[in-house]
Formats: sequence, structure tokens, C-alpha cells
Amino acid sequence: MIGAGGRSNRLSALFWRQPMLALAGLALPPVLWLVLIYIAALAVLFVAAFWSVDDFTGEIVRTWTVRNFTELAASPTYRTIALRTIGMAALVTLTDAVLAFPVAYYMARVAGRRLRLVLITLVVLPLWSSYLARVYAWRLILAHDGALNWGLRALGLPAAEIGYTNWAMWIVFSYIWLPFMIMPVYAALERIPPSFFEASQDLGARGGRTLRRVVLPLAMPGLIAGSIFTFSLTLGDYITPVLVGGPGSDFIGNVVYSNVGVANNIPFAAAYATVPLVLMGLYLWLARRLGAFEVL
Amino acid sequence: MNKKANMGERQMKTSVTKAVLAAALGAVLAPAGAFAAPAKADYPKEIGKGEGELNIVAWEGYAQDDWIKPFEQQSGCKVNRKYAGSSDEMVALMRSGGGGQYDLVSASGDATLRLIYGGDVQPIDVNLIPDYANFLDNLKSPPHNTVNGLHYGLSYEWGPNVLMWNADKITTPPDSWAAIYNDTHKGQITVPDNAIQIADAALYLMATKPELGIKDPYELTRAQLDAATKLLSDQRPLIKKYWALASDEIELFKNGDAIIGAAWPYQTNALRADNVNVMDTVPKEGATGWADSWMLASKSKHVMCAYQFMKYVSTHEVQAQQEIYFGETPANAKACDAMNALEAGSCSKYHLDAPASYFQQIHFWKTPLPDCGDGRKDCTSYGDWQKAWQKVKG
Amino acid sequence: MERRATRILLGLWVALVLAFLFVPILLIALYAFNASNVQSWPIRGLSLQWFPATWANGEVRAALWLSIRAGLIATALAVILGTGAAFAVHRYRFPGRDALSFGVVLPIALPGIITGMALNSFFVFWGMQLSFWTIVIGHATFCIVIVYNNVLARLRRVPRSLTEASMDLGAGPWMTFRRVTFPAISTALIAGALLAFALSFDEVIVTTFTAGAQNTLPLWIFGAIRLGQELPEVNVIVLVVLALTAVPVWLAYRVTMDPDGR
Repeated sequence: MIGAGGRSNRLSALFWRQPMLALAGLALPPVLWLVLIYIAALAVLFVAAFWSVDDFTGEIVRTWTVRNFTELAASPTYRTIALRTIGMAALVTLTDAVLAFPVAYYMARVAGRRLRLVLITLVVLPLWSSYLARVYAWRLILAHDGALNWGLRALGLPAAEIGYTNWAMWIVFSYIWLPFMIMPVYAALERIPPSFFEASQDLGARGGRTLRRVVLPLAMPGLIAGSIFTFSLTLGDYITPVLVGGPGSDFIGNVVYSNVGVANNIPFAAAYATVPLVLMGLYLWLARRLGAFEVL
Repeated sequence: MNKKANMGERQMKTSVTKAVLAAALGAVLAPAGAFAAPAKADYPKEIGKGEGELNIVAWEGYAQDDWIKPFEQQSGCKVNRKYAGSSDEMVALMRSGGGGQYDLVSASGDATLRLIYGGDVQPIDVNLIPDYANFLDNLKSPPHNTVNGLHYGLSYEWGPNVLMWNADKITTPPDSWAAIYNDTHKGQITVPDNAIQIADAALYLMATKPELGIKDPYELTRAQLDAATKLLSDQRPLIKKYWALASDEIELFKNGDAIIGAAWPYQTNALRADNVNVMDTVPKEGATGWADSWMLASKSKHVMCAYQFMKYVSTHEVQAQQEIYFGETPANAKACDAMNALEAGSCSKYHLDAPASYFQQIHFWKTPLPDCGDGRKDCTSYGDWQKAWQKVKG
Repeated sequence: MERRATRILLGLWVALVLAFLFVPILLIALYAFNASNVQSWPIRGLSLQWFPATWANGEVRAALWLSIRAGLIATALAVILGTGAAFAVHRYRFPGRDALSFGVVLPIALPGIITGMALNSFFVFWGMQLSFWTIVIGHATFCIVIVYNNVLARLRRVPRSLTEASMDLGAGPWMTFRRVTFPAISTALIAGALLAFALSFDEVIVTTFTAGAQNTLPLWIFGAIRLGQELPEVNVIVLVVLALTAVPVWLAYRVTMDPDGR
């Protein structure tokens, strides 16, 4: 016991005297893990996008070409799909921000300790129920003879034909990623000292003004952090469009996925995958500058 | 850390990264050898003791416990099952990890040639499968799994892609695929989300537009492919949803979203079992269909278990069980009695006892290749089909 | 404090959002008792048959067990790597510090299909057969950031003076870590680990590219959804998992909450 303690004491003293050693011990494993496993592989993917496929042999030609990119840019189909994907990701992010902010605010500022705990648990709990099963459940709600139309008919309202449309995708995506927005916004709001609100009110600011001038700017990092999740998760999804989308609902992910299935299309898939890759890179860079990484 | 050490580390990091990069580039592109040459035959002398494990890629419903469990018990081969949703996915899975990840795949005819010419599967010795002798003649050496006399696949089950409709909503039984191409049922039609669907359109054009000169729905020139694509593009506004999963279509019919569409008999069975009044037919233009084969990976590590499995699933009992579960037809012509024992009348319901003419009206899936198969080399490839299908879907 | 009307309006909004979050889950729970295996509204018959059926399903049990093991190991790896990264970034200024804090976010911030393809190519390069361990590596990669963020956020709140006081009082660095720093971050570790496990437990897209013949629970669910024959079993599984995790999740957040919070 003493021996073990002594050894760990010696070890810790060594680390204390040699901060570089401690740093290496702490930082090297995650750095190596990320660089060797992940970053290198990403680079490979990116490089492959600049190669091409011989139409007749199906072999990959390893000479630099931007053919995949020009083909993508020239095709209205792929442009439409990219715009649909990005537009949906943006719309979902916006929707979730609007839905989440009051909830996070209530959790952080209005609810007492006990209620807050219940709310946090309720918000996080859906993450423990299968994403696939939840998406699937929406089909039952939105179908022609589904729960929604059943309710509408009971109220004497006309049926809503939104099953298997882009409206359905919008609802389901907003639903699925909502907890990923609520939590960071809550984390950001919870950090605001109550004195800030009091100070603002003491200075004569009304509720709306306090919200605009004090709360929103301080919640911004949380909103941006949440938007990284909602935006990126929507951008990379290909299962929800299959399950609840209608005709004309394919996402970038669907195209990439179907092109991976046929070996000689890997460069093409990689080229198309650079669209979300570059987009997220820019987004992250921007988010970082806005300080969103601290509340992710 | 002093500056020098830092530099050194950085340099090392760069060179490691470079090395990783260079090697990984080669590895990602390993499937570049696709369409090189089929693998050579290397048969085992006999089916020996199993290796204790077997990894298979199968269609959903092709590896149910009902018949897998008894196999595991009698062979000692534990079966790890991976289900694929499409032929493309099957090909991808068989190639994943450089191949050898899986031992067997239940490939449909639109994937088999890709696997054979990709060198992903090896020839099998049909003489080691006793029930092979009982197979339907057309399925002993069909062109989709037999190349140059070598059997790269063992036929399993087959069936037509039928026209299915809700008989409560559509009272006059349709007898032509026209029902899904004209706007009578606009917004209530569903067809599979699959590039091979182009063949369905080509089949319809074969009958309705003979001037296009389509002889085989899988061997289309650019002009013929464009015509099929146009038909499908015109069809798109009529579509409620392109179904990707069998359950998509089941729910579309069950919940009133769709009333007519292209289906597998599986969906008909599932819906009828749930008291939805659906009917299906092979329309007068004929139908496309699937004929699945079990294929052995060229880098399989469990060859004995794989042979034991193929031997087992070729027996008439298992073929009948499979048939009842999925609603398809066995390759084993002797399965009739076992089928009828499981479900009275199922042998004729699934046409195992039908005359050859029934078989003739089904155009089985095969991989579209630039080589038209009749000397012409100007046919469109599966890659072309995929892009065309993407364009149709938008 | 907010005015009464504001509070009521906010409360109403929260109730609506919670309803939005839980209606599909209630449906899942209800249809676990569906007599038919096709879902249609309204439910026409109730049955308990799917509970024993699910339990008897060997594939479900194997997938569940595999998911739990993969999740636990991936979480453990993520805790080690994420905590290390968080301490490094918090304590030290070093070249590449910014890059590290950026790189750690990438696996989760980049769309899943890209992460999946990239990891797949990595495994192919090293000639690694896709296996249980490739699933674990993939999950650990995107779980690092969860632990990292939780720990880093907590470290930023622990006043430096606390550790300094401990050292001044004669405690060695090890003692300081054990008695001061670790207790301060332990609840953040729990929360981070819990969320990391949840992410791993429900991941589909990356796993599709990193799993071999093994089925994690979500992969089995995706399979079961395709044909639809075993749909009620999917609902049973979801219901059971929810029932089993609700209390631990609640407890975990209870210990995580600042005791000095309101």
C-alpha cells in the first residue's frame, strides 16, 4: 500500500517537475488516435475525389482530374440534391433553435432544482430510445390513414397529406435532433449568473430588452454549438429520407451511399462527400471563432 | 519541449502521415481490380468437418431461426447473419475489408456477375451438393451464376416482381403494367427504389413500343435506356413513394397511401395475413424477376461450413420453409410435397409445378453490362443505369 | 424574475415540446403490444406475445449484448482519451493545442457518412478484418469529444486557486489530483460517459461502415424494420431499454447537478 502510494507519488512528482512529460502523456494518446485513425483517412477520402474511373475497365485512374467535380456541378440532379440537403439542414437547425430556446430558458431560469432535473432527464431520454424506431413511428403518425389525420378528421378538419413528403422529413429531422439543440443552449444559459439579469433590470431594461441584449448574446455559443449537431447530423443522414421521404427526397448521403456500393464509383462518392465536408469545415471554423466550442 | 525536438516530432509526424496516406490510398482503391478476372476453381475433395463458424450476407428473411438453428445444431457452424437491403449493398459487403469478411452471400442475378467478374466469389463444386440434381433445369447453370461452365453460384429461390393492387379500391383487376404508367391512380402508386427498376420500364416498352427494338430489358443501348428513363421520369409525378424496404410498401398499402404498385409476392402475403384485400398478378407484358444464388467468397475462411450450409439449404425441406416464409419458388423441383405439407396448395400457388412457359415470361434480373451478349458492345452498363435512376428520382 | 404571464407561456411551450418529443415514444410503447406485426392506426388488437418472442430471439439477445459491450469499451476509451485531451488543453499551452481542440470535434461534427467511409478506409488499409473491435474503435473516435467537452467545461469552472491551495497545504500533485481535481470532475465524467454510451448504443450510420458480420442492436433494428415481420419486437426492445435506463439517467444527472445550484 505504502509502496504503491510511494511509487505513484514519485511518478506524480516526476510529472510535476517535467510538465512536458505530463503533457505528452495526456495529449499524445488522443492526438495519435485522431491523426492516425481519423485525419489520415479523411485525407485519403479527399484525395480520391480527384481521381477518376475508366468507363470500360472500371479501373481507377490515378491522375489528377476535376472531372467528378465538373460532372457534379454540371448535373442539375446533383445540384438539386445538394441544395435540398443543405436547405433542409438549415431549416431543421432554425426550427430546432426556435423550439429549443424557450425550453432551455425555462430549464435554466424558471424551473426549480427538482423540476429542472426532471426536465433534463426527459429531454435526454429520447436519445436512449432507438433513433430508427422513433423515425419509423412517425410514419404511423403522418400516413394517409395515420394518427394525425385521424385526429384532424375527428375535429372535422381536412386531412393533411404530408406523409412521405419533404414536409415529413422536416418534421422528423427537427424532432430527432431536438435534444442535441436543447442541451447546449441550456448549458450556456445556466452559466449566466443571476446577477446579470438583475443588473440589466436594475438599469431599467424591460424583459424583451434584457432578452435581446443580455440573454441572446450569452446563449449564442450554445445555439451555435447545438446547430453544429443539428446541421451536421441532418447533412449526413441517409436513413430518414429513405424511411419518411417521398419521391424526390434523396440526400447527399443517399447518393454517396449508393455510389460506395459500386466499387468503381468511390472517387465520385468521395467527390460528392466533399460538399458536406467543406461546408462543415467552414461552419466549424466560424463556430470556433464565435466561441461555440466551449459549450458543445 | 525545445524547438528542435518539436521540429523532429513534426517531421516524424509528417512522414508517418505520408506513409499512412500513401498506403491507405492504395487500400481504398483495392476494389480497383474489379472486372479483372473471375477467380479460379479450387474445389475441396469432399465436405469435411466445419470450421465452427459461418458469416453470411443474406436478404432479410433468408436466414430465419426456423431453419438456421437446426443447421447450427447439426453442423456445429455458428451462423453470423448480416442482412442487406439491396444488391448494391450486398456487393459492397462482400468487398468490404478487402473481401473475406463474409463466406456466403444470397446474391440476386443483378449482383452475381459483378461479384464473379470482380473476383469476389469462387467457383463451387456442384457435385458436392446432392440436391443439385433435383434443381429445375433452367436453374442448374443459368447465365447469371455460371460462366464458362464454372458454377459461381448455387441457385436458391426465385420469383416474379408482380403488380399488386388493393382490390377494395381498384375493383377491375388490371392486367397490364400500364396501370402504373398512366395517371388513373395518380399519387397512389409505389414502385421499388432500385436502378434495376429501369428493366421494368424497358419490359413495358418492349411490348408497347416495338419500334425501339428492345430485345432484352437488361441489354439496352443508350437510346433505349433514354426511352426507359423518359417513361420513368414521366411516371415520377404519379408516385407516392419509391419503396426501399419491403415494409415501406406494406405500410403504404396498409395505411391507405398507395393502392397499386410493383411488389414482391412477400408483400402480398404479409398484407393478406393482415386482412388487407390485395391481389397480385404477372401482367400480360410479363415481369422481371429475381433468381437468387448462394455464392462463396473467394477469400472465405469457412469453406467447409459454407458447403455444409449450401447442401443443407438445397434440401427440399429448407427450400419449402424458405418459400413459405418469403413467398417465392424453390430451385429444387422436388420441394412440392414439402411445400404442400406446410401450406396446402402452395406448390401450384408459387408455380413450382407450372409449365416452362410460366418461367419464360419472367425476365430474371441480371447485371447490365456494356457487352450486350450478342456481339454488340454498345450497351449501357449498370453504372449508367444507376446515374439514370438517380436522375429519375431527383 | 420573469413575470407570471411569461412563466406560464414558457411552461406551456415546454409542455408542447415535451409532447412533441414523447408522442412517437408513446406510440412505440403502445405498439409493443400490437397484436399484428403491421402498424396501422388506430391499434386494433392488443397482445403480450412479443415480449416472450423478443426474449426468445437469439439474434436480439446477441445484438443487445454486443451493443452493451461495444458501448462500454468505447466509452472507457473515450473517457481516457477525452480526459487526457481536456487536461492537456486546459493546463498547457503547446503547439497544436488549437488543432487538438478542433480535431477532437471533427468525428462528430462531420456527417456520419463521411466519418464512416473514412474509418472504413482506415481499417482496409491496415488489413484489419471488420470485427467487434473495429466497431469499438469507430465508436470511441466519435465519443472522445463528448467526454472531452464535459470534462473541459468542468475544469474551467474549478478555480485554479483550489489546486494551488491544496499544494500550498503540502499535498503532493497526486494527492491534489485524487482529493481535489478528481472529485471536482467526477460528475462531469459520469455525465460525459453516460452520453457517450448513449451515442454509441444508438449509432447506425458510422457502424454500418465499421461492422463486419456482427450486428449491433441498431443494426439489428434496421434489419427488422426492412421486412417488418419483427417490428413489434423492435418496439419491445425500445420500451425495455427506456424503462431500464430512465432511472440511471435521472440519478446520473442528479449527482451531476451543482449542489449549490438553485
